[in-house]
Amino acid sequence: MRVVPTRCLTCLGSAAACLLSTTTLLAQNRTPTTLAPASTPAHQIFDLSIFVAAITGGIFLVVGGLLAIALYRFRARTTDPAGEPAQIYGSTQIELAWTVIPILIVVVLFLTTARIIFAVQDAPKPKTALDVTVIGHQFWWEFRYPKFAIVTANELHIPVSSVSTPEATFLKLTSADVDHSFWIPQLAGKTDLIANRVNSTWMDPQRPGLYLGQCAQFCGSQHALMLLRVYVDTPDQFAAWIKNQQQPARQDPEATAGRSIFETQACMNCHTISGTAATGRFGPDLTHLMSRETLASGAMENTPANLREWIKSPDTFKRGALMPAMQLNDRQLDAVTAYLETLK
Amino acid sequence: MSDYSFPVSVTIEPTATEPALGTFLERLHGWVVTVDHKRLGILYILYSTFFLLVAGAEALLIRLQLAYPLNHVLSAQVYNRFFTMHGTTMVFLVGMPFLFGFANYIVPLQIGARDMAFPRLNAFSFWLTAFGGLLLYYSFLGGAGLFGVGNAPDVGWFAYAPLTERSFSPGHATDYWALALIVSGFGTLGTAINIIATVISMRCKGMTLMRMPLFTWLLFVVSMLTLVTITPLTAAQFMLLIDRYLGGHFFDTQAGGSSLIWIHFFWIFGHPEVYVLVLPAFAIANEIIPVFCRKAIFGYPAMVAASVAIMFVSLGVWAHHMFTVGMTSASNAFFTLSTMLVGVPTGIKIFNWIATLWGGRIRFTTPMLFCIGFLFQFLIAGLTGIMLSVSPWDWQLHNSYFVIAHFHYVLVGAIVFCIFAAIYYWYPKATGRLMDETLGKWHFWLFLIGFHVTFDTMHLLGLLGMPRSIYTYQPDRGWNFINLVVSFGGLIQGIAVLIFAYNFILSYWRGKVAGDDPWDAWTLEWATSSPPPVYNFEELPEVHSRRPLWDLKHPDDPDWEYES
Repeated sequence: MRVVPTRCLTCLGSAAACLLSTTTLLAQNRTPTTLAPASTPAHQIFDLSIFVAAITGGIFLVVGGLLAIALYRFRARTTDPAGEPAQIYGSTQIELAWTVIPILIVVVLFLTTARIIFAVQDAPKPKTALDVTVIGHQFWWEFRYPKFAIVTANELHIPVSSVSTPEATFLKLTSADVDHSFWIPQLAGKTDLIANRVNSTWMDPQRPGLYLGQCAQFCGSQHALMLLRVYVDTPDQFAAWIKNQQQPARQDPEATAGRSIFETQACMNCHTISGTAATGRFGPDLTHLMSRETLASGAMENTPANLREWIKSPDTFKRGALMPAMQLNDRQLDAVTAYLETLK
Repeated sequence: MSDYSFPVSVTIEPTATEPALGTFLERLHGWVVTVDHKRLGILYILYSTFFLLVAGAEALLIRLQLAYPLNHVLSAQVYNRFFTMHGTTMVFLVGMPFLFGFANYIVPLQIGARDMAFPRLNAFSFWLTAFGGLLLYYSFLGGAGLFGVGNAPDVGWFAYAPLTERSFSPGHATDYWALALIVSGFGTLGTAINIIATVISMRCKGMTLMRMPLFTWLLFVVSMLTLVTITPLTAAQFMLLIDRYLGGHFFDTQAGGSSLIWIHFFWIFGHPEVYVLVLPAFAIANEIIPVFCRKAIFGYPAMVAASVAIMFVSLGVWAHHMFTVGMTSASNAFFTLSTMLVGVPTGIKIFNWIATLWGGRIRFTTPMLFCIGFLFQFLIAGLTGIMLSVSPWDWQLHNSYFVIAHFHYVLVGAIVFCIFAAIYYWYPKATGRLMDETLGKWHFWLFLIGFHVTFDTMHLLGLLGMPRSIYTYQPDRGWNFINLVVSFGGLIQGIAVLIFAYNFILSYWRGKVAGDDPWDAWTLEWATSSPPPVYNFEELPEVHSRRPLWDLKHPDDPDWEYES
């Protein structure tokens, strides 16, 4: 499905690619760069961008060069004869020429672009595609897998796609509050999440691994810490992950104290833990909290110390996050943390 | 610059001295109640210079915060206020008042009129605009109203609903934002109507539309465009206030309202607004480039036609800000095409400027240097604009630092450069003294270097996936070094602007005396004294061509013999 730029532009295209690759050098292994696509929509956009960069780069060289030549050649010199230079008022032929040539360039650019718009946006959805619903919240992501009855948050797991077993993931996106935007540069362009509206996008990542991104539409005070992680799993990893997520929450007899605090305090109003009285939907589902590597939408690592501090005072890490400090005492904090630590 | 004096058939003897200056309070009162277009023009320019420094300081604080990952100079809340105020201020309190200030000062002089068509409306418009600015900044003191300490709007300058609704933005900060833009918007509309009326009805004898200087022509076009762009913004602000105070649900998604309607309204205003700002920059370049390469503008009719074409096409491109909101592929294709088409008339302009330079004798004075910077930077801004119009690529670049870099190339690289050029060019007309050339060149080169260090590197951040409006970023993303470079460039620009401010103030007393026509120019404002008397011209001039002063200086080879 990759687009091959037309032959005559391949040369300029590779020049542009060289230019872009210097940028790639600046990128590190965790950089959510648009220049290292790993999924069909991102590849198609990248190839188109090389083509467009080549054409616009060519225009820059020609026009910028003419401008530089004019400035150098026609600079005022002390040897200039007295009086003013010859006055030239215009030329209809020349005006026509530099109207028609840009129009032709626009036609070429437009037709190339239109092809990719339709190819990416109207790509047919394969029957086997994985459906995920993404719901944006101030300042976290909710992911629902309707076919598997799984609800999770902030860390999206999707299967890798290979030639033998193509696996596309189709996302439906909406928002529970203000506008957000879903952006994993290496996998696809961004798509906004808007309340009362369902948008869609898709990706078929070709390399397993972790892909980073974050909310790309200003959504309030902690927009910057609405981070996004996509884990592209091998088929085995993905099956195992699904299997674990489908389990109800672990009921560890050693953590009943923490559980009862969770169920008697306001925690349960906002969070869900399956199999308990907690069925709130305002905050992330915590049924398998320990299967996630980060807390607070990627704001910090998921360690017991961080978790305890987060419950004690969310403002320490993410001031403006909507989770209130519950004013728990140390004993309660220890108990709740210990309970949450059992939710593998 | 010119060392000869030409026969002054159309002007008067040097300024009749102003009436006795009086006490400070009397002079202040004189400025407050003035209806003189020149004084109002100066007020606009001083007002916007002040806010340029304020919003520039906000930008430096923003860059200080972003210099390092996970930095703690500003809190998230304060950072969000600063970038909202920076954007709002630069567009509404710096860009537009600057350009309308120049229009106020120059247009009546260029068309040989004694004042604007409606002098009192003119004063009223200025004070509305000024009050709008004060209202916006008062929010720092009164924004949170009864809820607590002071607070400025923190919703972004585009203020996407429903973030601006009461449930997400309690307190009064957002109200100040909306009211300030409504009030200054009415001021802007008044000025636009005034310029249109002035150009239509106040032109001196012999000045047909196709003999108007291009500066006046473009400001005329801009004023018409302003009338149709500010209106939807004002309407949207009223709808927002109805939502916030009268229980309306236009944008209140929780009650079935639509976020998308706000986005449409905002960009139906917002995109033509870019042209409202950039066409006056073209207008300035159209005056300065011919004078300093000593040639008539190449293709005057094409320049007029291209400006009018830009005006019309710019009304049909707004949704290129909305490629990611989930429009159909046909809509995305349409707005890709319409946006690319803007490149055609814009290209014509750039080609005509190059053709004007071609065969000239270019004098690299400070105003000309700024215009040359403008030409290169606007070329690049136009080409990155083409990249962004490619909607699939925009799905990647939208709301990233690439977009920030692109529109700062337009707003700073093109517009601010032209504003500086215009200040250096017309300062002698308004004050009678030239600004210092040495300091001017320091200003130019430092600003140019700072500009490129900041905004060239910012494109890379966008390609590497850094989104806009974030108060901090994670250290493992590969953005650290580039952000530090960007912030450093901001510092260089700050120093350059301080040199400018020093030059601007000092030259008022110490500058070289300019005389009526220091640049040996060709339009009517140079035919009267510097500064011009309140009535501009003792006897209203009569013109026979686009360059009346050329005709005076070259009676053997006048322009009218060549113009059709």
